[in-house]
Order: sequence, then C-alpha cells, then structure tokens
Amino acid sequence: MPAEIYLNVAISGLLTGLVYGLMALGLSVIFGVVRVVNFAHGEMMTVAMYVAVVLFAQLGLDPLLMMLPIAALLFAVGYAMQMALINPFIARPEHSQFMLMVAVAIILVNGLLIVFGPDAQTVQTSYAFDSFAVGPVIVDATKLYAGLAAILVAAALFAFFQFAPLGKAIRACADNYTGALVVGLDVKRLYALSFGLGAACVGAAGAIIVLIVDVTPPLGPAYTLLAFIIVITGGLGSMPGALLGGILIGLTEAMAGLFFTPSAKSMFAFAILVLVLLFRPQGIMGKRLT
Amino acid sequence: MKRKQSMFPVNGTMTRRSFTAGAAAVTAAIAAPAIVRAPIVRAQGAALKVGVLLPRSGAQAGIGQDCFRGVELANPIFKGIGLPELEIMNADTETNVEVARSRAEKLIADGAQLLVGAFDSGQSSAIAQVAEQKGIPFVINIAAAPPITEQGYKFVFRNFPTAGMILGDAFVNQKEVFAESGVAPKSVVFLHVNDTFGTAMKNGVGAMMPRFNMPYEIKETISYDPTARDLSVEVSKAKATGADALLVVSRLNDAILLTRELVKQRWSPMGVLSMGPGWYEDQYLKTLDKLGDGPLSFVPWYDPNKKLSKQLEAALGQKYPGINLNTNHIYTFEALLVAADAYKRAKSADPKALADAIRATNITENVSTGPGISFNAKGQNDKLKNSAIQNRGGKLVTVAPKGSTNAKVQWPMVAYDKRR
Repeated sequence: MPAEIYLNVAISGLLTGLVYGLMALGLSVIFGVVRVVNFAHGEMMTVAMYVAVVLFAQLGLDPLLMMLPIAALLFAVGYAMQMALINPFIARPEHSQFMLMVAVAIILVNGLLIVFGPDAQTVQTSYAFDSFAVGPVIVDATKLYAGLAAILVAAALFAFFQFAPLGKAIRACADNYTGALVVGLDVKRLYALSFGLGAACVGAAGAIIVLIVDVTPPLGPAYTLLAFIIVITGGLGSMPGALLGGILIGLTEAMAGLFFTPSAKSMFAFAILVLVLLFRPQGIMGKRLT
Repeated sequence: MKRKQSMFPVNGTMTRRSFTAGAAAVTAAIAAPAIVRAPIVRAQGAALKVGVLLPRSGAQAGIGQDCFRGVELANPIFKGIGLPELEIMNADTETNVEVARSRAEKLIADGAQLLVGAFDSGQSSAIAQVAEQKGIPFVINIAAAPPITEQGYKFVFRNFPTAGMILGDAFVNQKEVFAESGVAPKSVVFLHVNDTFGTAMKNGVGAMMPRFNMPYEIKETISYDPTARDLSVEVSKAKATGADALLVVSRLNDAILLTRELVKQRWSPMGVLSMGPGWYEDQYLKTLDKLGDGPLSFVPWYDPNKKLSKQLEAALGQKYPGINLNTNHIYTFEALLVAADAYKRAKSADPKALADAIRATNITENVSTGPGISFNAKGQNDKLKNSAIQNRGGKLVTVAPKGSTNAKVQWPMVAYDKRR
C-alpha cells in the first residue's frame, strides 16, 4: 500500500478526532461541575445539527458561520434546562438523574422524528466536495475547517475557565461545593451556567459535525455513546482529557480501519476504553478519586 | 303509602326474570360480533381486509414509508382495471422482529384476512410463522432471504427475488452492459455493508461469481458498518488497490458517504456496480445532484414498457411529484395486486380458498421485470427478472435486460472532476 495512504488516513482521523473531542468537551464540562451525567448529550447535538440544516436550507447560512449563534441558542436551552429541570434533581439519587436525562433524550429523538421525519438531512456547502492536495497527500477541506473550528472553540473555552472571573467561580464550585456556598457563590446559577456552556459546546460541535455527517433523529444515541467513550478514556471531568480522548479515538478508528478491517473500527475504540478502565480507571488525564 | 322507588323500576313489563333474560340478550348481542368475526369468511362484495405490515418507524422508517406509497396507489388503479377494492389495515413493525410478530397476530385477531409485508427478511420470517400457524395467507412484498420460502409453508407467498436470483441476474446484466458498451473492467474492489444482507450478498458473490465467467477479478473485499459516519478509510483502502471499478452492496447513507469520499479523494473509477439499495434512491439523487449520475444498480425493478408500469408511474408522479418509481413502490403494489387478483378469482375471503387462488396466480399484466407473476410449489415467484438501472440527470433509466430497457448505457461513467 502506498505510504501516502497512511498519512491521508492519519490526518483524516486526527481531524475527525478533534471534532469528536469538542463534542465530548461539553459532556466533560457538565459532569465536571454539575456532577450530572448528561444522557441526552448526543440528542442535544442532533438538535443543533437540525438547527444548522434549517438555517442552511431556509436562509443559505453556512453552518461554520452559524456556529456561534447555534452555540448561543443551545446555551440558552441548557441554562433553562438546568434551572427548570435538573436543579430539582441535584440532591436526588443518581438513578433519578439518569432516568430524567434518558427521558429528555427519548423526548428529543421522538420530537425530531415528528418534526423532520426519518430521512437523513444534509448541508451541501460550496466546499462540501473540496480537498487540498499537498504533494501526494489529500486533505478533506470540510474536515480541515471543522478541525480548526473545534480547536478555536476549545481554546476559547479553556481561556474562559482559566482567566475569566466567572470561569474561575465555576471551577471553584466544581472543586469544592461547600466552600463555594460558604464564600457566597450562587451555586445553582453557576450550575446552570455550566450546563449552558456544556450545551453551547455541543451546539458548536453540532454545527461543525453537520458538515461531515448527514443528520437523522436516531443519530443522537450513537453520539452519546461516543462522547462517553471519549470522556471516560480522557478522564471524566477533565477538559484537556476530553480533547485528547477525541483525538485518540478518531486516530484509533482510522488506523484500525486501515490496518485491520474497517468494520472493526468501533471494536478498537471500545478496546481502548476497556484498557483504560483496567489500567487507569480515572482516565488518561482524570484525577484519581479518593 | 307511596312505594319506594327502585333503582330499576319494576312495572308490568320488567320483572327480575325478564331483566335476567334481557341482560343475557344484551350480553349475547355484545359478544355477537366477536363470534361472527371468528370464522373470518365474508361474502364477496365486502372489501377484503388486508393487513399491511411495514417498518414505519425505527431504523427502516424511511423505507417503510416509501413502501406505503405503493399501498396508497393500489386501490385507485385496481378500480380502473376491474379488480376488487381492498380494505387496508395498517401496522407498524417498528423495524423490530418481535413487534412484527405481535402486530401480525393483532391484525389477524382484528379481522385481517390476508397479510402483506414487511420489507425486511427477519420481520417477514416472523410474520410468515404467524400466518402459517393461523392459516392466513401472507404475500411478501420485499425480502430476499431464501429460507423464507424453503420451509414448506402453505400460506406464504413471495413475489420478490431471492438473494441468489438477484446476484445471478446482476452478473448476467453486467455482462450485457459491458458487451453493449464494449468496455469491461479487469478488476474491481468489493465494498459491502457487514449487516445480514451485506454478508449474505458477499457470501453469494464468492459462491456464484465463478459460474458466470466475469471479465473482472475482485482485488480486495472491504466490509464496513452500515451506520458508519465516516468512510474515508474504506475509500482510501479501495483506491490503493488500483481497481478499475467498484462493486458495492450498500445502503442509502453509506452510498452517499462513499460517493462524497470518491470525489474528495479525487478517484473516478470506471463506474460503480451496485447490487443493493442506496445508489438509485431519491435521496441519493437529490443530495448529490450531478455527482449522483452514473452508478449502475442491479436490482429488482420494473419494465418501463409495460402498460401497468406506465399507469403506476403516472399515478405516483401525480400524488408525489419528484419521486421516482422504485422497488419499494413496485413490489408493495404488486403484493396487493396478487391479493386483489386472488380475491377476485376465489370469490371468497376464506383463507384456504384465497391461498389456493394465490397459488394459481398467473398475472401477465404486471409491473416488475419478467414474464409476470406466478408462484411455484414453494410459494416463490421464480420467474422474476432483475434490471440494470442507471442514474441519469436525477432520473433512473433502465439499460438491461434487452427488451425491458428505455435507454442505452453510459459506461464508463463520466469522471467526477469533469462534472463540477
């Protein structure tokens, strides 16, 4: 097999992994702060994908340009969800929270089916079929734009948590819930902001992923599962871990398809998950629980 | 003294005995429809109750709903050709074998006198078991797994080719296309989905291809998950083989993904030879526009020159403008055609009489390619022929077999970089 094929496949896997990472980042932010496992994560991304499809079909707006408005919309949805729906469940047993989020997921899938039907919807941008040739290496233009956008959004999020006072307050809340209450932080509002930020990540990821993948309502559960694999591999609650996990899973799937058989791609992603759970249960970049 | 009013006033006409008798009569009247319903037999004149089982939700929802278009077109056309009207009872299998089985049982309990369905081999097998057990005729619209008609069933009929028939005809039609164009690939790379259908087709290709003396060799076989979100690796591997053409067994979404990757990876093979769904479907054509032109699909299809085909095509165009007539519509319509024709000849809705009438079917004025509809002792229409169709300007034209075509083949297909 020509050498450039390996490079092509590796670049493709890396770019796809970056977008996976952005999607999983939202899940990690939500769990890291609110400690609620969002089982409706993939479904929320599907909603964002449909918003992008509608904006493109009705107004001709490019999903990459619409990434920020869609993220803002999902932020509002996430904020409202946390305030109205999830906050009352914060003190309840975990299985109640799980069931609540599973119910939200089922409602979203069926709602989308009612509104959009079962057929796959797509966004056909002017650059949908473009690719760049660098010598013998061919890079998919859409994936390149998507990967770069994922890096930008992830960097903005890191910067927010690192430098913005509100980001620091959220981190304080995640580190020490009681301490946050003692110093007078409005924890419920911060939880809602965190859930909103996680949802915004999902919104941005949805706007990007719709360039690569056609959207159907049942797509959500597959992405929820993928996000779980990524954050558990990278470390639940760790933002750099989510991005690293995404890249690792994207690359693993691509290379497994090349070296073994493409139909076993998912198997290798799960194998990585099993290895991580066996030898580093807290994930590659997660903190060991005491 | 005034007598105390009873809740049930007792007067000259109502005594306890007459009340009991009345209650018994009411009970009998309520029970009567169920008792009358039990034998299912109805006199000719009433519409035959046909239970249509399709996957209208779940993973195959889109296909199930497409099949249903064939149901919607049936009655108005039947009226025009002197066939009795059918009373359609719908059931959604939810793309689930167990649900298909329970829905079939419920339809029969609700009075269905004949069943039609269910697009998928697994679901159709489950319904066939129920139909055979209850003694209700079942006409399969679409399902290719051979075992369904190898069980010795007396009430199960299939007007759809088996996987072996599809493959055999595909090879015959490919050779006809290569001979017609004077160009044949010397090598192909075989890409197939790894679900039940794809794996059965892969095994079938391996077993049957040597018998047909094909001009090409298979350089590599690549299987993939039909729900895959990215097929760039698969196309990279296929491209690296340097094969002349692509032989594929796929579904809709992966067919779109494969085409996108072919364009992005700047690989224009001589052509795409598809032996399954996907490449000719409306969504494929709509999504890919000019880039959707060219692939050849070797599928159970319709003879565009038959009178009933033209009627069905016109009716579909009128009801659903912009939707091309396809396998889903054709074979669902024909399953109902078999039912209406049998009911007309049987002059009864008695299940055994209906099954006997279906067994004696000989419809020559039909839609699908081949001499017509008839069933062998196993309940299989073994005279069906498949067609080779090609995507051309958002439409589908039939290029083989000879005598059932409406266009000449364009092979090799126009390179992707020459179309944009």
